[in-house]
Amino acid sequence: MALLSFERKYRVRGGTLVGGNLFDFWIGPFYVGFFGITGAFFTALGTVLIIYGAALGPTWNPWLISINPPDISYGLGLAPLREGGLWQIVTMCAIGSFVSWALREVEICRKLGIGYHVPFAFGMAIFAYLTLVVFRPLLLGAWGHGFPYGIFSHLQWVWSTGYQYGNFHYNPAHMVAITFFFTTTLALALHGSLILSAANPQKEKGPLGNTLEVRTPEYEDTYFRDLIGYSIGTLGIHRLGLLLALNAGFWSAVCIFIAAGPIYGGSWIEWWEPLRQFYTWGGVPAAG
Amino acid sequence: MNQYQNIFTAIQVRGPLEAGIDIGNEGRDRTVEPWFSHLVGRFGNAQLGPIYLGFLGVASIITFTIGFVIIGLNYWKQVNFNPVRFVLEMPWLSLNPPAAEYGLSLNVPLDEGGWWLISSAFILASVLLWWVRTYRRAIALGMGLHVAAAFASAIWLFLVLGLIRPILMGSWSVAVPYGLFTHLDWTNNFSLEWGNLFWNPFHALSIVFLYGSTMLFAMHAATILATTRYGADRELEQITDRGTGAERGALFWRWTMGFNASMESIHRWAWWFAVLTTLTGGIGILITGTVVDDWTAWGVKHGIVPVDFIGWPETPDSTVSSWGQ
Repeated sequence: MALLSFERKYRVRGGTLVGGNLFDFWIGPFYVGFFGITGAFFTALGTVLIIYGAALGPTWNPWLISINPPDISYGLGLAPLREGGLWQIVTMCAIGSFVSWALREVEICRKLGIGYHVPFAFGMAIFAYLTLVVFRPLLLGAWGHGFPYGIFSHLQWVWSTGYQYGNFHYNPAHMVAITFFFTTTLALALHGSLILSAANPQKEKGPLGNTLEVRTPEYEDTYFRDLIGYSIGTLGIHRLGLLLALNAGFWSAVCIFIAAGPIYGGSWIEWWEPLRQFYTWGGVPAAG
Repeated sequence: MNQYQNIFTAIQVRGPLEAGIDIGNEGRDRTVEPWFSHLVGRFGNAQLGPIYLGFLGVASIITFTIGFVIIGLNYWKQVNFNPVRFVLEMPWLSLNPPAAEYGLSLNVPLDEGGWWLISSAFILASVLLWWVRTYRRAIALGMGLHVAAAFASAIWLFLVLGLIRPILMGSWSVAVPYGLFTHLDWTNNFSLEWGNLFWNPFHALSIVFLYGSTMLFAMHAATILATTRYGADRELEQITDRGTGAERGALFWRWTMGFNASMESIHRWAWWFAVLTTLTGGIGILITGTVVDDWTAWGVKHGIVPVDFIGWPETPDSTVSSWGQ
């Protein structure tokens, strides 16, 4: 039931990092492992605490429920449960859960004899999350600088934080991150399209005549060379895609980390002014 | 851990340069002798060129160049043709659409938005010609039209921003200016003017698909790279005749999250996420100011924003350190 037709021969013992054979089993389609146990624990506890927090809060409207970080007066200390302590424990659970998930992926990679690219990539997402709720609050000196856990309340945090810096779009690392997000999506559209267009060809005609025969990578290369003069190739596109996506996550973390009092607390619009003033640095007045 | 992760091509195997699939008479429009670049070959295919130009390609490049040069010359004029200022002030320079008083008039003085209209017309022509090109090149090879369809979704957002919404609002002035900082100002003010774009559900969807696309590409690209040692990068072969590479990639996700795509379906997920980014984004822009003029009021009315923000925290000031407070 839970097994794919080819799955049985891949379900072999070994590859675990911790626990030897003790947790080396599957539940339905899910591999468990030591980190499956820790991940399930953190996920369950975190979810229950979020529901508890919702019960303490003013609403059951799922769009409005928000688990809020403590007031900054608590600094880097622990807060009472109802005043941000829940957020602190939920954050610990989230980190425990994400890291467990990544390590479980590593065990699965080892079991399947494949590279570690996926857990590495997930590590970049964890790094961005840690930057938001651990590194930046540490930099600023209060857990209250983390963002609230709510579907729409976290957008309110993004909005308010952004406008503390004039116009956040002027943050150079934010520019870089957005450019990587857009470029990744463009590249994904092109890659997905190219594979689908080769696997689902035109009925009418083509160099092969009136046929529905699936096209080969030579056709993919020809399409892109015809279109833009270069085809990066079946292997290269995945290197490019991973590179772009990882950079989107990395620069997102950078752009919010540098927007903090101890590093830069001014307006990002003003941040660029020295570039314009550069002309007069040598004492030469700017011409008309 | 010291394993081969296939981040770069270590040994480049080179056959003869590829001329491309035979497309009969049309092949005469292929130009530029292809050549190999070792550096490019470290990352992807080493071969550069040839390129198919043809009428559409040439027309698209010419119209784009005209539009681009019009914008550039306007920048030059703004810095009084001073090359140093041109470079240093580049991010501030901008070619702006006509002022509100001109409405949808096409009879606008050149320096008051006329150049914006002319450059927009040329760039629009260029984009549409390039779209026909994505369509024609697929037809010539008998391939599906997925690239053209996806590109159409991006053009939809482009058209909403610069043509459809300005026409509905009755003024070119609401279109996006052509400048690095000015288009950021436009984005900023657009949100402020219409009551916080974060409460626009189509904006939210667009961001979800944008982040989702990035996550999907990371997941997909990482899965393929991790299984290249089993030939998974030859995706078309894995689609038609599944091998151990595709099986291991699928099982990785099945064991991780209980669900897996197939070698073909992951590209359908990819295509839809990317296409929906600009499709929902365009809808979100189109209905702002035309159908909804205050997203905060809309959000409160529809229960996604709390009245008086009860239950949501006040965001602390992060521009100053909280150490020692």
